[in-house]
Amino acid sequence: MKLTLRVWRQKNADAEGAMSTYQVDGISPDMSFLEMLDTLNEELILKGEEPVAFDHDCREGICGACSLVINGDAHGPERTTTCQLHMRSFKDGDTIDIEPWRAAAFPVIKDLVVDRSAFDRIIQAGGYISVPTGSAPDAHATPVPKPDADFAFEHAECIGCGACVAACPNGAAMLFTSAKVNHLNVLPQGAPERETRVLDMVAQMDEEGFGGCTLAGECATACPKGIPLTSITGMNKEWLRATRKAAKK
Amino acid sequence: MARTVWDSTVGKKTVMAVSGLIMLLYLVAHMIGNLKIFFGADEFNHYAHWLRTVGEPLMHYEWTLWVIRVVLVVAVVAHAVSAYQLSRRDIRARPSKYVHKKPRASYATRTMRWGGIILGLFIVWHILDLTTGTVHSGGFEAGKPYQNVVDTFSTWYGNAIYIVAMLAVGLHIRHGFWSAAQTLGVGSRTRDRALKAVANVLALLLTAGFLAVPVGVMTGVVS
Ligand code: HEM
Ligand code: SF4
Ligand code: FES
Repeated sequence: MKLTLRVWRQKNADAEGAMSTYQVDGISPDMSFLEMLDTLNEELILKGEEPVAFDHDCREGICGACSLVINGDAHGPERTTTCQLHMRSFKDGDTIDIEPWRAAAFPVIKDLVVDRSAFDRIIQAGGYISVPTGSAPDAHATPVPKPDADFAFEHAECIGCGACVAACPNGAAMLFTSAKVNHLNVLPQGAPERETRVLDMVAQMDEEGFGGCTLAGECATACPKGIPLTSITGMNKEWLRATRKAAKK
Repeated sequence: MARTVWDSTVGKKTVMAVSGLIMLLYLVAHMIGNLKIFFGADEFNHYAHWLRTVGEPLMHYEWTLWVIRVVLVVAVVAHAVSAYQLSRRDIRARPSKYVHKKPRASYATRTMRWGGIILGLFIVWHILDLTTGTVHSGGFEAGKPYQNVVDTFSTWYGNAIYIVAMLAVGLHIRHGFWSAAQTLGVGSRTRDRALKAVANVLALLLTAGFLAVPVGVMTGVVS
């Protein structure tokens, strides 16, 4: 396959960026999108040019490191991570636009790499449970009803990639935050911090400069893990409940 | 607690949902009341007079009406201020646009913002037209709402403003009712279709019901 790539190039956080055009040839439809970019980078290095910086780690769709807005879609046209997107989703001769995640809370560091540490701080604010250390407890020590376990698991699938923020017209982090709130708040292990978790995580989310939710639904469409839009509804419910409880104290 | 709610994006959105639902409830009652115009001047004017005497003898003349007006003003102001503040925040949170544009992404959001602005302007015009009579086209007479309404809808611009605003109301409620359910945490996967259906029906009924009046005047059914 022969492709024309238009890639966002930006030297550093303070530099002005712009789209640059590159041609790549000899791309196999079985390559992943990142392997295609590796091919481009090898050519750039041979030519003595600066390779395109992009994030990646596991390359098997589980770590959440890879990003990229491809032709306007976070993680590209398929519902998966960029590392699991294959070139067979494109046609020979296509022009592909590649841009970084765009949000005030995710500043560009270089080229296609953005700083997602705002997510870490949201998790630090309440995305954990407190447990005594020591040997692992018996697996059946705390029974969890099957529907709750399934619900928690569905939300635990979030890999923190940030596609939801990138896709949201308001740069909101509601889907990411709600995935963690729902995951932990439904479990008995998460019960002791149920109220502070949602209040603190939402406050941190606001503090980081993410936008608010207008229920556009773009986040859930972009999410490679299928976190549903109703996850946000669930978090709103938890937030209202926690606020009412805090008011009674 | 009020501070926490107002300072949080989730809380401010709750204010928007509650004030929106209060206005929606009012609109349903208002629309049904308007339809009485099809039963003639006497019945319509009598209904308007009744609005001022509801609750008597517990309430004094017009007290109930003023309570409703105060609630509505508070709702409109709370709704518009939170909409404005949240929208500004949303725009700041996404300062750079994508080079590769996808129009659909913000369709609902933009319609809500523009629709909201249209509705805000409409509310001002509507009150100056039919409540105070300040910008009324005919010889406005308090206590004669039937004639006042007929006069308004006998002008092309009266009809135009009204029709645009009622289409905006329909679109606003279509997304707004469902949104409010999510904001208040009562939406769920199993309820989603029902909520969307109710939103569509409400939007359609309100738009059609409100539009029936200018259409009635234009076609001569009401004169
Ligand atoms: C002053 C004029 C108005 C303005 C500026 C305005 C603006 C807005 C905006 C920007 C939204 C948020 C949309 C989104 O989240 O995507 C909204 C939501 C809403 N509006 Fe309005 N609107 C106005 C009048 C009304 C009226 C007259 C009603 C009554 C039916 C109404 C009912 C609602 C409802 C129920 C919501 C949903 C709240 C939520 O998102 O949770 N609005 N409005
Ligand atoms: S909710 Fe989905 S899109 Fe958002 S960070 Fe988690 S996995 Fe990525
Ligand atoms: S590189 Fe780990 S999810 Fe894509």
